[in-house]
Amino acid sequence: MLHRNLLLAAVAAALTIGAGPVAAKKMYGPGVTDTEIKIGNINPYSGPASAYGAIGKGIAAYFKMVNDNGGVNGRKIDFISLDDGYSPPKAVEAARELVEKDQVLLIFQSLGTPSNTAIHKYMNAKKTPQLFVATGAGKWNDPKHFHWTMGWQPSYPGEAEIYASWLLKNKPNAKVGILYQNDDYGKDYLDGFLKGLGAKAKSMVVAKESYEVTDPTVDSQIIKLKDSGADTFFNITTPKFAAQAIRKAYDSGWKPLQFLNNVSSAIGSVLKPAGFEQSTGVITTVYQMDYSDPQFKDDPAMKAWEAWMDKYMPGADKTNGNYVFAYNVAYTMVQVLKQAGDDLTRANVMKQAANLKHVKVPLLLPGITVDTSPTDYAPIQCEQLAKFDGKEWHRFGDVICPK
Amino acid sequence: MDLFLQQTSDGLAFGGIYACVALAVVMIYQATDHLNFAQGEMAMFSTYIAYSLLHHGVPYWWTFLLTMAISFIGGVLVERVIVRPVEGTTVLNEVIVFIGLLAIFNSLAGWIWDYTIKPFPSPFPDKAPFGITFIGPHDFGVIGVTLVVLAAVFLFFRFTPVGLAMRAAAQNPDSARLVGIRVGWMLALGWGLAAAIGSVAGMMVAPIVFLEPNMMMGILVYGFAGALLGGISNPVGAVAGGFMVGVLENWVGTYVPFVGSELKLTAALVLIVTVLVFRPSGLFGHVVVKRV
Amino acid sequence: MDARSNAKTRELAALASGAKLSKSQLLGLALALLAALALPWLVSDYRNFQFTLAISYAMAVLGLNILIGYNGQFSLGHAAFYAIGAYTAAIMMEQGGIAYYWTIPVAGLVCLLAGFLFGLPALRLEGLYLALATFALSLATPQMLKYDAISRWTGGVQGVTITKPDPPFGLPISQDQWLYLFSLAVMLVLFVCAWNLLRGRTGRAIKAVRDNPIAASAMGVNTALYKSLTFGVSALYTGIAGALGAIAIQFVAPDTFNFFLSIAFLVGVVIGGLASIPGAVFGGLVIVFIPNFAEQVSKAAPWAIYGVVLILFMYFMPAGIWGFIRMLYARFTRKRGTEKATRALADREQPS
Repeated sequence: MLHRNLLLAAVAAALTIGAGPVAAKKMYGPGVTDTEIKIGNINPYSGPASAYGAIGKGIAAYFKMVNDNGGVNGRKIDFISLDDGYSPPKAVEAARELVEKDQVLLIFQSLGTPSNTAIHKYMNAKKTPQLFVATGAGKWNDPKHFHWTMGWQPSYPGEAEIYASWLLKNKPNAKVGILYQNDDYGKDYLDGFLKGLGAKAKSMVVAKESYEVTDPTVDSQIIKLKDSGADTFFNITTPKFAAQAIRKAYDSGWKPLQFLNNVSSAIGSVLKPAGFEQSTGVITTVYQMDYSDPQFKDDPAMKAWEAWMDKYMPGADKTNGNYVFAYNVAYTMVQVLKQAGDDLTRANVMKQAANLKHVKVPLLLPGITVDTSPTDYAPIQCEQLAKFDGKEWHRFGDVICPK
Repeated sequence: MDLFLQQTSDGLAFGGIYACVALAVVMIYQATDHLNFAQGEMAMFSTYIAYSLLHHGVPYWWTFLLTMAISFIGGVLVERVIVRPVEGTTVLNEVIVFIGLLAIFNSLAGWIWDYTIKPFPSPFPDKAPFGITFIGPHDFGVIGVTLVVLAAVFLFFRFTPVGLAMRAAAQNPDSARLVGIRVGWMLALGWGLAAAIGSVAGMMVAPIVFLEPNMMMGILVYGFAGALLGGISNPVGAVAGGFMVGVLENWVGTYVPFVGSELKLTAALVLIVTVLVFRPSGLFGHVVVKRV
Repeated sequence: MDARSNAKTRELAALASGAKLSKSQLLGLALALLAALALPWLVSDYRNFQFTLAISYAMAVLGLNILIGYNGQFSLGHAAFYAIGAYTAAIMMEQGGIAYYWTIPVAGLVCLLAGFLFGLPALRLEGLYLALATFALSLATPQMLKYDAISRWTGGVQGVTITKPDPPFGLPISQDQWLYLFSLAVMLVLFVCAWNLLRGRTGRAIKAVRDNPIAASAMGVNTALYKSLTFGVSALYTGIAGALGAIAIQFVAPDTFNFFLSIAFLVGVVIGGLASIPGAVFGGLVIVFIPNFAEQVSKAAPWAIYGVVLILFMYFMPAGIWGFIRMLYARFTRKRGTEKATRALADREQPS
């Protein structure tokens, strides 16, 4: 009798999920029970990069919504998010606390290249997934050496290559001035761009200027770039400096063709403060929707996002692009957990994360999907160029997927 | 030549901000004999108050005055309530309290107003007067405001009895007490005035760098450097020091070949420290003679 | 002040400056040591790692304390020496393939030299001006570490990843346990050295420079030499701390060694206890655990909690944690039969 019931249940489960024999068997890794999945996260809630703390808060709010709707396959997500103040030593401490003390199933969206580099070896030695890290460095797509680490957003060097190839095709005699943040993020973009230009980099790039995050302004650098005679400007900066640079370039009467990295492409928190008139004509690449962009106002996905913001993040600033990012990346995480079904071991989670096929994440742009395979750890590869027309990002050309 | 002019005028414009912060530094130093690490964060917080007032429709100049008044009261309260209990312990204990204040103000601002950058309006007209074009209208206004504040501070310390009493209280609290100066309230007054000047600096800098919780951290360093370079006991020197730091940084970053933007802050600081090695009380400060 | 409290003061001063230890103090020390040795088997690997970090910070705090507490010079730039130590270890291990234990003395020596050289011009600067010079040093450190010309060794903006050492002789303990014990041993050696240095002739000279530089030089103390030497020794301690910290964290990157790290050391010095060697241990613990505590209280504004904790410490323990413990100890011993204490003190003062 008992036997037959079990069998029936197994058949039913197999039928509903349709995923074959694995689905019937419950396999749990650390941090998983019948009612709960523990997920760890590391975010800078304090310190110089605390602006990104919004991502951690957004993810927590998303998981809260998931839990209120019954969780993932009946299990609630227990989201443990720790503060590292953007400091690698603290990140190591936090990762070890999550993995060893809290016994989480995985660490999700740990933020910042330095922090993730610091825990890279550790996570792989512990065979614990370091999933969808919040940095666009190229090194996260290395499944051969680091099986347990995966990025999410398009890589910085890949994005820079898009600009480079556009330039080579449309403005081969451009004289380019570059402003970049003097850290791994800035250098990643810079290197990708130079690589994209290839042999022509020497003749095309006429000036390179860097700044430190601690600098109060980049005015002096902009004056130097303008003086170099550059007619094209590649702006590799974080939001505050991006807004400063766009405005200073305009005020000083320099009217170059401007490329702005995706990191700072939010309309509400970058272009609006810089001034719409000043930002007109700027080119960037986009892969997700922007709340401040009027073209998405009536999009049903955007409406759902707004409703979620109103309910779970009341009072938060909707123009902050980090909340869209958080929503999208948390959606991807839930997708992986759904796919894993009842086999919630670390190995299977990683297997499912590397088995995302054309996943349509709600606030990604049309034509851009999340795709991974065991040899391709870059979930979002495709982006589209867009030009700011003073009001919204006007996408042009094809969706480009740099390799 | 054009580059030189541009870099110099840009340096002067930012130097105006450093000068303004340097004045606040001098103010609190004159009043309390200490540097306040939380000064920048207090100025940033004041600017957020101004931002909220503007958001509620208060006209700019009213906001300006109101913010100064609120900052003054805030400064007095911080001194009376928070700093008071550690006064007279050791300098280091006070420094730790300042660091605590820095962390609190920074964190609270981010919590209340979020970390995204906010545009802050400039009160000055779109065009600089006298047809000046090499320097922006706001930069021009900043320099003007700095000079006005400087004049006020200078007159205050030189000619008002309160200003004199304040200096006396800072330099020799015991003697000051003996001649009937209420040293405690002088300290509070110094904090209040420094906070008010700081709020002016904040409202002047925010239109240029955008308002966000970490806005003043980088600037405070330059303010300190300016104040020390010019001479911390001398408001005029501090302002001159602020302008010099602004210009110096741009020159070093532009013209010293191996330095460039990568090391310009380092190079400028090395230069300042070198100057201080040879003139330990700053360019315009006076030498303090010590007795055994 | 009566004779007894006078003697008590002297007793405390003697304790602080590290003269002879009384029996009960020796007992306390032995117990503390035993507890420290037993610790790796009582807590998890993750906690071991945290305590290893605390040890590293404690050494840096001691280094800074020697400078600030004993010599009266101020520094906001000790993150620079911590960085030099950390990078020395990282470069030696990853590029030179040299064993981790050799990096400790080398890091120390490199920093001794760096500190001494920095101390030479800094000599002419006092108080605020020294604070500014060291402030400048700590702002410049990340920039210099990123500088392209040396990125071949430093890894530029990427930093260097380090491999964690295994316990030697096939000892049946984990890497974390071993690293903790290794760090503890280094710390003990350095603490004993500091204790010896500060209670002897050199120590008196160092303190004389703090208390009254003009009088000290009139007495024939070479103030300039002592000041830059102290700077060097202080940097040596901080550099060794940096090397141990880097080995524990397994990663060095330029932006780690920023101004906030220097501030954290300063916080450790004052909250641990100014001018006290045991205080440094508490300083190290404070640096690791207070931010964690602040974060647990409020994720929305962790720094606000951190700030409040700092201020509360200054209200209720103005002499730092070690000062607080000593005060409790003094109060406790005074209560226990004044006669006995007086007799004991009298005995020691007049050896018959």
